[in-house]
Amino acid sequence: MATTSNRLLIGTRKGLLEVTRGDGGWSLGEMQLPGQPIAYACRDPRNGSIWASIDHGHWGVKLSRSTDDGATFEEVEPPKYPEHTGKTARYYWVLEPGHADTPERFYVGTEPGGLFVTNDDGKTWQLDEALWALCTEHKWMGGGRDNAGVHSICIDPRDPNHVYVAVSCASVLETTDGGATWAYRSEGMRNDYAPEGTESKPYGHDPHFIAMAPSNPDVLWQQNHFGVFRSTNGAASWDDLTQPPLVNFGFPVAAHPTREETAWIIPMDSDSKRVAIDGSLCVMRTDDGGSTWAEQREGLPQKGTWDFPLRHCLDVGTDGETLAFATTSGNLYVSEDGGGSWACLTNNLPMVYSVRFA
Amino acid sequence: MARVRFTPHLSRYFPLPAEHESDAGTVAELVTELDAAWPGLGFYIVDERGALRQHVAVWVDGELIQDREALSDPLDPASHVTILQALSGG
Repeated sequence: MATTSNRLLIGTRKGLLEVTRGDGGWSLGEMQLPGQPIAYACRDPRNGSIWASIDHGHWGVKLSRSTDDGATFEEVEPPKYPEHTGKTARYYWVLEPGHADTPERFYVGTEPGGLFVTNDDGKTWQLDEALWALCTEHKWMGGGRDNAGVHSICIDPRDPNHVYVAVSCASVLETTDGGATWAYRSEGMRNDYAPEGTESKPYGHDPHFIAMAPSNPDVLWQQNHFGVFRSTNGAASWDDLTQPPLVNFGFPVAAHPTREETAWIIPMDSDSKRVAIDGSLCVMRTDDGGSTWAEQREGLPQKGTWDFPLRHCLDVGTDGETLAFATTSGNLYVSEDGGGSWACLTNNLPMVYSVRFA
Repeated sequence: MARVRFTPHLSRYFPLPAEHESDAGTVAELVTELDAAWPGLGFYIVDERGALRQHVAVWVDGELIQDREALSDPLDPASHVTILQALSGG
């Protein structure tokens, strides 16, 4: 969840960039952790620490943290797969600070399909064994990556033990007991590619990203491989909001901080092409829970465009007006009016993996 | 004592000397020793199953080690060890 509206942490293929808004507008800072691929970066609003997951090509995946507001980073003990899994960490895909009532809890969603949690501020990590058991029993397969992976983690602000995760490819899963047990929450989702004989299974789905509405944690938005969905009952069921071509395929979704019926998505051209539709970038905004959507194009390139934002590359600030997204070829766009108009802050970033207000 | 040299790319993350001396009997023992001396270094060289990472290479006396899974290749006091990584991409 975003914590402010004036500061962005941008995880790129060549380091972690901070972008801030001051009196003179937006400015790009120095690249931290230069040369290192940053899979995800976020600020922990509970203590101000900044976390980054690093995808070293050669040295494996690592976690790094700054406790001096981004001036310096130190490596944190990385989550490791227990021996019984026979697996090794391939990617720390998403990082999520725990609930305010559990100040030393922190989550890492990983590939292969794991959720690691620390309850001692990163000194030790535990693989969520119940979720892992489902991954192995149901043979979750890869989607965006070689193996299944946990890419979305939503914590109920009313209850630290009530957590949702989304897995490509499995589904959305919910725990109400702090990860001791998990249940698939797939009712209403579609899987057009389900192999014959598996259509009724609650797993095999490909949610690309889920976002909880901060103003009503029973409202969850989902950009899925096969469309856009919303739940108003805590993921007990999903309503299909898909309206091709613009409310259909894509990766990120952002939920308004105070209006549970408002969200943004960024459409892409089909799973087989994965480019901006008709060479133009467009953000779609709904203010009525997904019944109708407005095209937001002002300031975005409307021809000759092929790049697009990955799933962690769209965020909205706590003011509900400031939005930012960045793309696979390093274009960074910001809006200060809820998406009504956009400005490109730079065309020259490395490939962007995450964009989060800090 | 076997003499161990490191790729300079590892020195970015750990304050490694130009040369390290070791009396480890195998490459696996050497990695354990290195991790004790520079906590976390082992996880750069091997994964959590103890296997050499895909793009990391360990040379002993001019030969790539044979056992990338368990790192059982022997070392003796005269061994020269080099730990490298494959550079790739842009």
